[in-house]
Amino acid sequence: MTGARALGLLGLVALAVAPYVPIGVMREYTIHVLVQIFIWSFIGGAWSLMGRFGLTSLGHGAFLGLGAYTSTLLWNFFGLTPWLGAVAAMALTAVLAVIVAYPCSRFQVVGHYFGLVTLAVGEVVRLLIIAERDWTGGSLGLTVKAAGHDSLLAVQFADKRVFYYLALGLWLIGLYVWVRVDRSMARSAMEAIGEDETAAASVGIHVTRFKVGITVLSAVLTAAGGIAYAQYISYVNPDTLAGIGVSLRIVFAVVLGGMYSLLGPTVGTALTIALAEYLRVLFGLKFIGMAETIYGLLLVLFIIFLPAGIYGTVRQLFRRRRPAAVAA
Amino acid sequence: MIDPVFLAEAAVNGLLLGGVLALLALGLNLIFGVIDIVWIAYVDLVMICMYAVYFIVQVYGWPIWVGGLASVALGALLGVGVHLLIITPILTSAPVNQLLATGGLLFFLQSFATFLWTTDHRSVRLTLPRLELFDMPISVARLIAFALSILAMLGLYLFLSRTYIGTAIRAVSQDREAMALMGANPQRVYLVTSAVGGAMAGVAAALLIIQYAVHPFFGAAFGPITFMICVLGGLGNMVGAFVASFIMSEVIAVSGVIWSTEMGYVIAFVVFIVMIFVRPGGILAKRG
Repeated sequence: MTGARALGLLGLVALAVAPYVPIGVMREYTIHVLVQIFIWSFIGGAWSLMGRFGLTSLGHGAFLGLGAYTSTLLWNFFGLTPWLGAVAAMALTAVLAVIVAYPCSRFQVVGHYFGLVTLAVGEVVRLLIIAERDWTGGSLGLTVKAAGHDSLLAVQFADKRVFYYLALGLWLIGLYVWVRVDRSMARSAMEAIGEDETAAASVGIHVTRFKVGITVLSAVLTAAGGIAYAQYISYVNPDTLAGIGVSLRIVFAVVLGGMYSLLGPTVGTALTIALAEYLRVLFGLKFIGMAETIYGLLLVLFIIFLPAGIYGTVRQLFRRRRPAAVAA
Repeated sequence: MIDPVFLAEAAVNGLLLGGVLALLALGLNLIFGVIDIVWIAYVDLVMICMYAVYFIVQVYGWPIWVGGLASVALGALLGVGVHLLIITPILTSAPVNQLLATGGLLFFLQSFATFLWTTDHRSVRLTLPRLELFDMPISVARLIAFALSILAMLGLYLFLSRTYIGTAIRAVSQDREAMALMGANPQRVYLVTSAVGGAMAGVAAALLIIQYAVHPFFGAAFGPITFMICVLGGLGNMVGAFVASFIMSEVIAVSGVIWSTEMGYVIAFVVFIVMIFVRPGGILAKRG
């Protein structure tokens, strides 16, 4: 595996120096797209922590929205630094995750039912944000109050490169957590639970503890991603950060990339964001809706023809060609 | 304290809304029960049919019943199309992929409608008298929609219980392997189910357009509540979905008057979540 490790290191160095590559006027835009890819890949990775074990959540928008709005409201109304706001937001999200996951596990809500319960939770958070329009601005969204100058305390910087390195760091943390979960006992336990809950319980696996644990971890990381996105864009909106739309987008990106591999969510997210940006630039304001139409059509085609995801399919191809090399 | 007349009015409106929700839920539930795939984009098909009625009636000036019939035919066609093009290739895929394929269709229909018809709200204007009952104004359009949706449901019931293919559909929803062993062709049953489910979407569209304006995000507004009703009633359980529609519509209408429209939906979703925990098999399931 030394080859792969060297390749990974090379990639990391490339990412570290990327913001300084002189490509002229396109630099700001490229950095902007990359920051979005890092943040949404991190969120996708957080989703896949649950998704790979058969806990198909269709309501991660709930955690995303709760996280982003909590830290933003605390900053706007009480001037609490988003660093502490993030701690409060993640704690709140953890509580919501327990409220959802504990009964789901106790009452054996799985499969389609789990998806629909989480979908309802996502909608509840979105509608509550809209209903509490006196503080949250309702459907119009809310602008993060400007600090007026570069401030580490407010996490606001004029230079996009600062956000680039913060987002890169966040993404690496996400990958680290993924690897830790992948190599832990929890993974075997969760896989056993995913296969057959009753059998898993019968060999002494504490089903509820593992399910609630992985949900809380996934939810808290998702909230962190939501906060990062809110700080970067400095604007929050119930439709882009909560509800069924964004929840489905997260799942799409992950399934498109492949949810059983470390880089799957990143590949999927990078592709969907690159595709969406390309179509947006291509059509501009000429054909409103056309970009999204093609996006939807391609998603259907991808799901039908590449059911294992892009990363998964590529890996299968390589495996078929060189069966011995990848055995390690 | 809220005037009881407002509450009574909300309750009546809830009852009328329930009829339409029931119609939406029944079509989806039929497909859900027989093919075992959630069409996330079901209400978006309804949205497309609503546009069809709008154009036929409001733009080209045909009578409303022509629009209704065309909507039913279009719905059936769309149902067959979705089944052949999207569902058939993924029948054996993982459930998450099945969800996402129809979810992709949702994005597609939503944005294609935006592209073709912009985000303007469009409605069909019928001049209908207003009824008054005990000082409560009642919309005749809603009353007609309610009556017709009850009729459509009776029709579906008779189709499922009295015809040969209807019996086959119910048999597949009970045990698909055994049905194949009996020599029935499940593919044909699926196709008919999709057509009937699509036609129900067409009926729902014709009845919805006389009460609500259509816009590309209509599906997003009514979609989630429709899934909730199907699950609350018990997947594939027609009577359960019928009862659940009225429970949900009353919750939405009454708490909408007491608090706000958004809170009405919030409470409906919370009721749904709690009911899933308490009665996972649906409200009419026997306790096991």
